[in-house]
Amino acid sequence: MNPAFSVIAFTVLAGAAQGLVVTLALAVLAGVPLAPGFGSTALIVAQAMLLIGLVASFGHLGRPERAWRAALMWRTSWLSREVIVLPAFIAVNGLWWLALRNGMHTPLLPLAAIVMAAALWCCTAMIYACLRFIQEWAHSLTIANFTLIGLSSGLVLASALAAVLGEQALLRLTAPAAVAVTLSAWATRSLALYRNAALKPRSTLQSATGIHAPDLVQKSMGMSAGSFNTREFFHGASRAAFKQIKLAFIMLAFVAPVLLLVWAATAQSTAAFVLALLVQAPGLVAERWFFFAQARHPQNLYYQVVS
Amino acid sequence: MIQWLKDLMGSGSTVRAEPGETLAKQLALVIDLNVCVGCHACVTSCKEWNNFGSAGPLADERPYGADPTGTFFNRVQTYEAGAFPGTDTIHFPKSCLHCEDPPCVPVCPTGASYKRKEDGIVLVDYDKCIGCKYCAWACPYGARELDEERQVMTKCTLCVDRIYDEKLPREDRKPACVKACPTGARLFGDVKDPASDVSKAIRERGGYSLMPEWETNPANQYLPRRVTQAVGGAAQVQAKLPGRE
Amino acid sequence: MFKFLSREPIHDPLASPAPGAHTEVKTTTCYMCACRCGIRVHLREGEVRYIDGNPEHPLNQGVICAKGASGIMKQVSPARLTRPLLRKAGSERGAGEFEPISWDRAFDLLTERLSKIRATDPKKFALFTGRDQMQALTGLFARQFGTPNYAAHGGFCSVNMAAGMIYTIGGSFWEFGGPDLDRAKLFVMIGTAEDHHSNPMKIALSKFKRAGGRFISINPVRTGYSAIADEWIPIKPGTDGALFMALLHELIANDLIDHAFLKRFTNAPQLVVLDEGEREGLFAFDPDPQRGPPGDGRNPHNKLVWDKSDGKVKAAYPEGIAEGCDPALEGHFTLADGTRVAPSFQLLRERVASCTPEWAQAITGIAAARIRDLAREMGETALRQAFELPIAWTDAWGKQHASTQARPVAFHAMRGLAAHSNGFQTVRALAVLMSVLGTIDAPGGFRHKAPYPRHIVPNYRAFNSPEMIHPNTPLNAAPLGFPANPEELAINPDGSPIRIDHAFSWEHPLSAHGLMHNVITNAVKGDPYRIDTLLIFMANMAWNSSMNTMAVREMLNRKDEAGEYMIPFLVVCDAFQSETVAFADLVLPDTTYLERHDVMSMLDRPISEFDGPVDSVRVPVVPPLGECKPFQEVLIELASRMKFPAFTTPEGGRKFSGYPDFVVKFEPQPGIGFLMGWRGKDGTQHLRGEPNPNQWQAYASNNCVFQYHMPQSMHYMRNWNREYLDFAKDKGWRQRNDPVQLALYSDTLQTFRLAARGKTAGRQPPDALRERIATYFDPLPFWYPPLEDSATDLQAYPLNAITQRPMAMYHSWDSQNAWLRQIHSHNYLHVNPLTALAAGIADGGWCWVESQWGRVRCMVRHSEAVEPGTVWTWNAIGKADGAWQLAPGADEARKGFLLNHLITEELPFDGGEHGANTISNSDPVTGQAGWYDVRVRIRPAAADEAEQTFPQVATMPAAPGVLGKTASALMYFAGRRK
Repeated sequence: MNPAFSVIAFTVLAGAAQGLVVTLALAVLAGVPLAPGFGSTALIVAQAMLLIGLVASFGHLGRPERAWRAALMWRTSWLSREVIVLPAFIAVNGLWWLALRNGMHTPLLPLAAIVMAAALWCCTAMIYACLRFIQEWAHSLTIANFTLIGLSSGLVLASALAAVLGEQALLRLTAPAAVAVTLSAWATRSLALYRNAALKPRSTLQSATGIHAPDLVQKSMGMSAGSFNTREFFHGASRAAFKQIKLAFIMLAFVAPVLLLVWAATAQSTAAFVLALLVQAPGLVAERWFFFAQARHPQNLYYQVVS
Repeated sequence: MIQWLKDLMGSGSTVRAEPGETLAKQLALVIDLNVCVGCHACVTSCKEWNNFGSAGPLADERPYGADPTGTFFNRVQTYEAGAFPGTDTIHFPKSCLHCEDPPCVPVCPTGASYKRKEDGIVLVDYDKCIGCKYCAWACPYGARELDEERQVMTKCTLCVDRIYDEKLPREDRKPACVKACPTGARLFGDVKDPASDVSKAIRERGGYSLMPEWETNPANQYLPRRVTQAVGGAAQVQAKLPGRE
Repeated sequence: MFKFLSREPIHDPLASPAPGAHTEVKTTTCYMCACRCGIRVHLREGEVRYIDGNPEHPLNQGVICAKGASGIMKQVSPARLTRPLLRKAGSERGAGEFEPISWDRAFDLLTERLSKIRATDPKKFALFTGRDQMQALTGLFARQFGTPNYAAHGGFCSVNMAAGMIYTIGGSFWEFGGPDLDRAKLFVMIGTAEDHHSNPMKIALSKFKRAGGRFISINPVRTGYSAIADEWIPIKPGTDGALFMALLHELIANDLIDHAFLKRFTNAPQLVVLDEGEREGLFAFDPDPQRGPPGDGRNPHNKLVWDKSDGKVKAAYPEGIAEGCDPALEGHFTLADGTRVAPSFQLLRERVASCTPEWAQAITGIAAARIRDLAREMGETALRQAFELPIAWTDAWGKQHASTQARPVAFHAMRGLAAHSNGFQTVRALAVLMSVLGTIDAPGGFRHKAPYPRHIVPNYRAFNSPEMIHPNTPLNAAPLGFPANPEELAINPDGSPIRIDHAFSWEHPLSAHGLMHNVITNAVKGDPYRIDTLLIFMANMAWNSSMNTMAVREMLNRKDEAGEYMIPFLVVCDAFQSETVAFADLVLPDTTYLERHDVMSMLDRPISEFDGPVDSVRVPVVPPLGECKPFQEVLIELASRMKFPAFTTPEGGRKFSGYPDFVVKFEPQPGIGFLMGWRGKDGTQHLRGEPNPNQWQAYASNNCVFQYHMPQSMHYMRNWNREYLDFAKDKGWRQRNDPVQLALYSDTLQTFRLAARGKTAGRQPPDALRERIATYFDPLPFWYPPLEDSATDLQAYPLNAITQRPMAMYHSWDSQNAWLRQIHSHNYLHVNPLTALAAGIADGGWCWVESQWGRVRCMVRHSEAVEPGTVWTWNAIGKADGAWQLAPGADEARKGFLLNHLITEELPFDGGEHGANTISNSDPVTGQAGWYDVRVRIRPAAADEAEQTFPQVATMPAAPGVLGKTASALMYFAGRRK
């Protein structure tokens, strides 16, 4: 696939925001002592990220003025469901923020926020996982990765916020949790990479054309300067660049943040917590880019050669 | 209001086929690879009809510049099999297969992608489409193209605006590509009607689906190459000839 | 109210996007290629909205090809010229600096200049036309002007195919005849990629396959039609003649020949003189003065055969073979006066004796066993799987045949055979092969299309003396035709050529279609003289319609010591801004095919069906753009201004108001005009009749086509069908009703050979050309390696380079078409992977392909569908930067390429005419350009080289008045905008 930055931006920002909200909700439900304004600050940060992400996702649409229609097919479409769950999640966050501002402390809203965040991760991941012939995506590992990576990024963000705003109680919980979740995310992501590397495509040129000759090759894709099908489904990066991006996201999204978090926790360094966030951010972008780019769509079989 | 509530509650559509619904009629094309010479007549006949029709206009980017590219519903490709001197050259037209189980329909968030109940044609509602491209991701055949200028998804309509147009003479009420094809490599009809030309061709000539492993049940079927090895001999399906595979 | 939330569709897919717009449908004839299918043009608010095939047209029966369906984009191409242009004074040719002028000024300029030429030395005006279909009019114009310097493009296209077959069977392929796939069981297609009679071929081929026919394709490459062949037989380019000779060898050796057919309908049994002397190799004749003079190529009378039944010599032609006579096809005999003779078929036997399949295998690359099997398959299908149709017919000698014999083996061939310097003899070999199988005009075999078959050799008044050229006088002879002997050559008393292209000279005597590819070179060299004005119509001479393109471009600009251009005045008429337009001094904007009247006439390039003559027209469907004017109107205007007799009334006034008027009224013979339908004052007489002033309306209301169905008794065996022969003469298609005996043995060629050997009293070639003519003017077909081989180091240049025509484009014409160029915006050199890898070139890599004459850099595509000794590409896709109003840097310029740069129009030749040391790179018999003879080598391009094709030319500026700027996105919508 050709990764679209608008979608990358949206899923990375939203994923981190969801993680942040879940972290906050769990902390509140667990009774972790927090400064009075922290919750609403954190929620504002999350809402801002969600809204920026949402606006970014509009960039992926050809006709953004009709975007409201996207909620209508929730019976069959995961995208439709996401389009309903995302505003619902934002609404719940908004209500919770209002509640916090008015001094109301009900467990219902943080619970609802957790449920909404989980549902949003599920919808977002299922948009890709439900496409059964994109074998790289069609697996429960996709949901696991979106959730764990989202949670990891949210915990890293929460830790940075907590460190900067001096929420030590929270930090003592989020730092190790961030390390644990990030390691888990790395594990599941590596499982997915391992699985993808071993995938045997079910579609072949023979099944795609019905011409069962063992040495079948394409000589012409029917047009000489590309089409939507050659632009949307091919990432265009060189093999070398592809490998480098894989290495980059493993290092930046998982390895480096873990190391930085451990150091930050042991050295009590606020700067290190912030650094972990700043290092993980490009790593998340790279990871999401790679997630899209690695998918080999069966339609690519039909678009290989010009002559 | 009641209708809207009814709609919302999902009490059936008159136009759209429901997921998993079995239709009484399924219009489709049968592509005969045995006589396609790769002339691209279907490609540009489709383009000219639809460019100025209800599915159009179909944009062309940099039409006179470097790397000209544009929206077409149908493409003709060329494949080679075998090694010299036993090489086969196969021309391969490809357009939307109007699957009976179209993966592009359930994923569409706005309902712009739909399959017609009355004849099984899969269409895009250009007034609803938001250009999210999700349906294109969901099509294993790459049969859909986003029109770069209108920013909505487009695809073969089986010339639905020709086949029902009473102002056209009866023999013209067929897709533009079918009418144009000089070798008659494109047949059109109802694959659910066992007496139709398309059904007969599929039965007699061993019509097959593309990418059957994904169980999309494409309505369009392809007829394989056959070879007549001796004058007066029977034509054998190419894949079954000795020495292949 | 909540409809907007409804799940029902909003957009109605059946609704018209422009409701209420005025629509209409007009019929006309397509001209995206030379197939000339009938089309319907659907207009919305007067703009072209849709073009489809006309179901009622006999040629295409409702289908249309990729090009025809893209006619709309040709109509709106930004490359369209719209105003006459004059090169700015002081600017250089090729720089493309023009000023628009009025038609009045253009006509004044041309009339003044041409009148001066006509009044002093008419041959200094040369008129050469390209892809056009109006040779009857352009030929008439040239003839009325009084210049012999006229031809269309046949000389570098496929004259070998036309001449090789016409001199043998009286007809040829494409519009003159073709394979009867309705009844054939075996179809062999040779050297054909996609030709311009393509839609009928596609229709017929599909029906043939579905009915169980077996289709074999012989070609170095497997593209186009060959893709659906049941068997592909790869062959080395230029060696098909060897294959045919070997097939003949096998057929004769296995007696798989149609004896009865050969005896009755060909000159196979006619006795050839073997004794030395001035009749050696010509047919024996009866010296009795009552029998008339000895026969020659055009008058095949007074022939003899040896009757085996009584061992006596009998008269054979025009009497035919009498009942009970069994003429010998083999043996050596002696006439009463002691002359040694043999039937010409005996000589053919002796000729093919050494043409074994093993011999052919070494030349063609086809296994000897396969050649044997192929011959057996052809022979047995033709003879053992034959059948009869219950159609009674009477032959030219009165014998009544109760049924018609079918011979279900059909052939088709094209440029793969013709575009070689051995093409004429190769095509002759094929025609002889088709004849020994008895397939000529038989059901299931080859069938003629009216006005063919024509006489062997077709009759015409030859232009053969400089005395025939007079100022202000029409030429009393035809500039083009089919010479039957050296006396008909267009040469001066000293044997030098009279024509600028050297056509009909000793260099290539039977150059029936002229040699367009020589004109510019010869004019610049002043060989045989300098001309003043060259008028080119619809031919891209400064690009793909030339061999050695870059040199031609330089020559167009060459000046003499006085600073004048070697070709002083160049006029180009075209609808589009081609590469050639930049070199013109005067540019005349032609209309497109949707804006004009045209005729597809029996007098020109006919469009007949097997079962009867057909002609068709184009009528304007939309008004001409800008100031575009159909070229025919230009010619008629000039002809009227210069008062050509055929265009002027006895009182000195203008005879024709315009082209449509001319078509209606002009009669080269009484009752015969350009169009044969709806003649007579009331429009009820067909084929022959008085002019009908409403003839155009009659065509326009009848799908622009007229088809005549002959009765069944006239459908077959028309070379010898009495009813048909009389009918054809009566309708003016032929001047005589003599039967047309197939000329397996060509005494016409022998007359040239005898002249070369000094055996005749008449004209003889210059000494330097004697050996060449004696060698190649062999009365029997034979194979020889292409001439270029002997001028080439075959070790250094081991590969053949050829082109194929893609189905979606027609010559250089379609890169300005926004839709078609998306299918082919650039091209690759296709190379067999073994060959490519041996040279170190990866798939998709850049390479140099070099001949000894030039080099080209391009991208390579590996392909198993090409024999390893050949490389090929699609023709005419590469363009000059900026031509055709493509943006600078377009794919066609940067990634597209021509092979033309590798080809030379001249080969070294010792002692050419007047001591020249070169001769045309052409077939020595017809002058056909040897396009596919070139030998090349390939090597990878260096990694640091620019990734673009070579050569590149400087960007052409846009000519003033071209239609439009190149938009970044095109969303054309005919009629009311959405």
